[in-house]
Amino acid sequence: MAVSVTALGRLSLPRRLAPAFWGEAHLGDRAFRLCTAAFAAGALLTLAALALQMTRASALSLRRFGPGFVLGTEWDPVRESFGALPFLFGTVVSSALALLIAVPVSLGAAIFLSELAPGWLRSPIGFLLELLAAIPSVVYGLWGIFVLAPWLRDTVQRPLSGALGGLPFFSGTPRGFGMMAGGLILAIMVLPTIASVSREVMRAVPVGLREAALALGATRWETVRHSVLPSARSGLVGAIILGLGRALGETMAVTMVIGNRAEISASLFEPGYTMASVIANEFTEAAGDLYLSSLAEIGLLLFGVTLLLNALARLLVWRIARLPDGARRA
Amino acid sequence: MMFLGGPRREDPAQGREAAPRSAPAQAVEKLRAEGLKAWFGATLALKGISLGMKERRVTAIIGPSGCGKSTFLRCLNRMHEVAAGARAEGRVLLDGVDIYGRGVDPVQVRRRVGMVFQKPNPFPTMSIRDNVLAGAKLNGVRLREEDALFEKALRRAALWEEVKDVLARSGASLSGGQQQRLCSARALALDPEVLLMDEPCSALDPIATARVEELIHELAERLTIVIVTHNMQQAARVSHYTAFLYLGELVEYDETDVLFTKPQNPRTEEYITGRFG
Amino acid sequence: MDRYRRRSAIDRLAKAACVAAVLLALVPLASLLAYVAAKGVSGLSLSFFTGLPKPVGEPDGGMVNAVTGTLVLVGLACLFGVPPGVMAGIYLAEFGDNRFGKAVRFSADVLSGVPSIVVGIFVYTLLVLWMRGFSALAGGVALGIIMLPTVTRTTEELVRMVPDSLREAALALGVPRWKAIVRVVLRTAAPGILTGLMLAVARVAGETAPLLFTAFNNRFWSIDLSQPMASMPVQIFTYAVSPYEEWHRQAWAAALVLVAMVLALNAGARLLLHRRAPR
Repeated sequence: MAVSVTALGRLSLPRRLAPAFWGEAHLGDRAFRLCTAAFAAGALLTLAALALQMTRASALSLRRFGPGFVLGTEWDPVRESFGALPFLFGTVVSSALALLIAVPVSLGAAIFLSELAPGWLRSPIGFLLELLAAIPSVVYGLWGIFVLAPWLRDTVQRPLSGALGGLPFFSGTPRGFGMMAGGLILAIMVLPTIASVSREVMRAVPVGLREAALALGATRWETVRHSVLPSARSGLVGAIILGLGRALGETMAVTMVIGNRAEISASLFEPGYTMASVIANEFTEAAGDLYLSSLAEIGLLLFGVTLLLNALARLLVWRIARLPDGARRA
Repeated sequence: MMFLGGPRREDPAQGREAAPRSAPAQAVEKLRAEGLKAWFGATLALKGISLGMKERRVTAIIGPSGCGKSTFLRCLNRMHEVAAGARAEGRVLLDGVDIYGRGVDPVQVRRRVGMVFQKPNPFPTMSIRDNVLAGAKLNGVRLREEDALFEKALRRAALWEEVKDVLARSGASLSGGQQQRLCSARALALDPEVLLMDEPCSALDPIATARVEELIHELAERLTIVIVTHNMQQAARVSHYTAFLYLGELVEYDETDVLFTKPQNPRTEEYITGRFG
Repeated sequence: MDRYRRRSAIDRLAKAACVAAVLLALVPLASLLAYVAAKGVSGLSLSFFTGLPKPVGEPDGGMVNAVTGTLVLVGLACLFGVPPGVMAGIYLAEFGDNRFGKAVRFSADVLSGVPSIVVGIFVYTLLVLWMRGFSALAGGVALGIIMLPTVTRTTEELVRMVPDSLREAALALGVPRWKAIVRVVLRTAAPGILTGLMLAVARVAGETAPLLFTAFNNRFWSIDLSQPMASMPVQIFTYAVSPYEEWHRQAWAAALVLVAMVLALNAGARLLLHRRAPR
């Protein structure tokens, strides 16, 4: 070894060849980069493995029922006849109901937070909305069982039933638990998602655009309506889709209030059943491979739909703003 | 295997008289660029520069913004290639050995050729003391005479008197000028042979600038300095040699006094008389 | 002038609607917190933290096993979710401006949108079937997978926020890039990453669905990772849907503990972030 020279940190040249590898000559750097890349690949692999495993677990049901699975209305473990339509119906209706309620409220809140609120109020209200997102699903469920459902029954459904009982939506016995409770609790849970993403999207609209409108004599609302909302539109759509994704996959709270009966009914008072709920309730008790596989296929459907929705939403939102953290988890 | 930053047993500068400032002609070349080209992506920023920098002298690189002077400097310790899409070609000889040669580890090069940046960049999570020792500590070198080493580095950077009582404070708590000298101390603690300074005073007020310029004078007695500056008075004040770069090319290089009084190239003259740039 | 009056009336109306929306959004939060606090406090007792679940009618039932279980499961989740997530985040921030990085970023975002119950099935088919039984380990893996994308993206964002000048400072000292990243960049980003981790932990601590068929539940005291393990969220679910008054009380108490934990983590994360901000 060229002793003293190296000891002083001098170059001891020429040394062994270090072929360029991704432009880095230093051994430790190459190893580190490779190591972090391996973990990064982990995220990709996890997603791929998820897709693969879900498909494999559903294989039996896919083979037996084919595409007819999604249209079958019967769910009978005893006769091993499985159709997913009631669950699809329950998921779609409860999520639609949730969006119907949550979208206007959360957009209003987002406009308030991004455009109207005085500076000192933004942070605390933003924090409260984040809390809404932070409370565990099962706690919402608990509250839904003992507070929301009885309140719905006595304060909302009874009067509705009296006044509009003739309509198919409000027919039947008011019992609290049912599609309406499911939709409402989902609305509460997706609200912070939509609100926080929308707020970020609106904040990303350049200040100049607002000032231009205000300088032309537009009122605050006109500025929002004609300047901010149009330029934020695709991001807002993304926010709503993210909310939808969360509603579709939400499990515990809905399971605890929706009534869990595999029926298709027009009435919002009647119990329903969602895809996530049926998995939560029956997966551990499912006896028989076909039963288990059918439940897995429902999971696969859920996975596929949320995958598409999320991909779409990210594409819409990515272009405009970074997602706030509260929007991450479904 | 590497022992870095520790006090050298034999200081090459000791025992030699510091050369008088105005008679540098005999000095040897410490660093030499030969046909140095540099790219940012597809843009050619340096169009083949050949320039020698003499040992224990200050060489100033001047030129209008965008002329490639910072890029040139960063090529001298292989910092240029750190940026994404940036690459360099050509040779840079350090004591006659090409630092772009095969098998040369840029990490080793940077330990011999230190750098001070335009904006002071002390490590915000470290104390003043740890900042000075960062080069050794980050490399996991166990220091035997830690206290002596960092006091020496701080003294060389002319910062010791100002900070000796607050060594545990964060490096970010100092003033801009102090931060810049802290960064110099950090580089000096590794005992480099060459110090590259990239507009070290551009973020500083006049008093802090004067301190840093004094520092350059003192340091030049022992090591080779290359300084990039957009300030011609500064170049005239601190350097022995000056190179004028324009649009990625070396237009003129000479002793500083000569270049500023009798420029050969009309473009140099235009620049130093303030007609463009 | 009339036109102007109409316009400003609409303006006021719209503003009022937005304020109303905020209030409407906060009503459920207020109600939930009030109920959890009121009912939870009355359900809490010493035996809640010391006793094991008892059949209905026997006194001194508690859920010491579920409280411990939640801690163990969250610990496991961090073990499986944090180191890989941080490493992946470093890759994305430092080297990830390429197609591979884009693909990883995209799959992390998509992964974070996968319903947690689906993650439960995934881990069931992967681990529970293989180990021939429910286990705390499987629960930890499921929660870890749920944490992974959040940790990855948070780390990426915060590492990206560290200015390049610090990287350059370290590199110019002859520090190899990987050491510059670990010792300088990561160190500088650490408080922010910690904040993100606390939020991720808070989210995972309340997850129920992925545990239903991984960690399952356990009426007995167990810290054996290869055995089923109780957790507060699953216990809340079990008790809430039961018909027994006594169990409902315990569910509320557990909800209070869980919410307090989650809120403490959230508030702690905020504090950490704010203490760091003004410098």
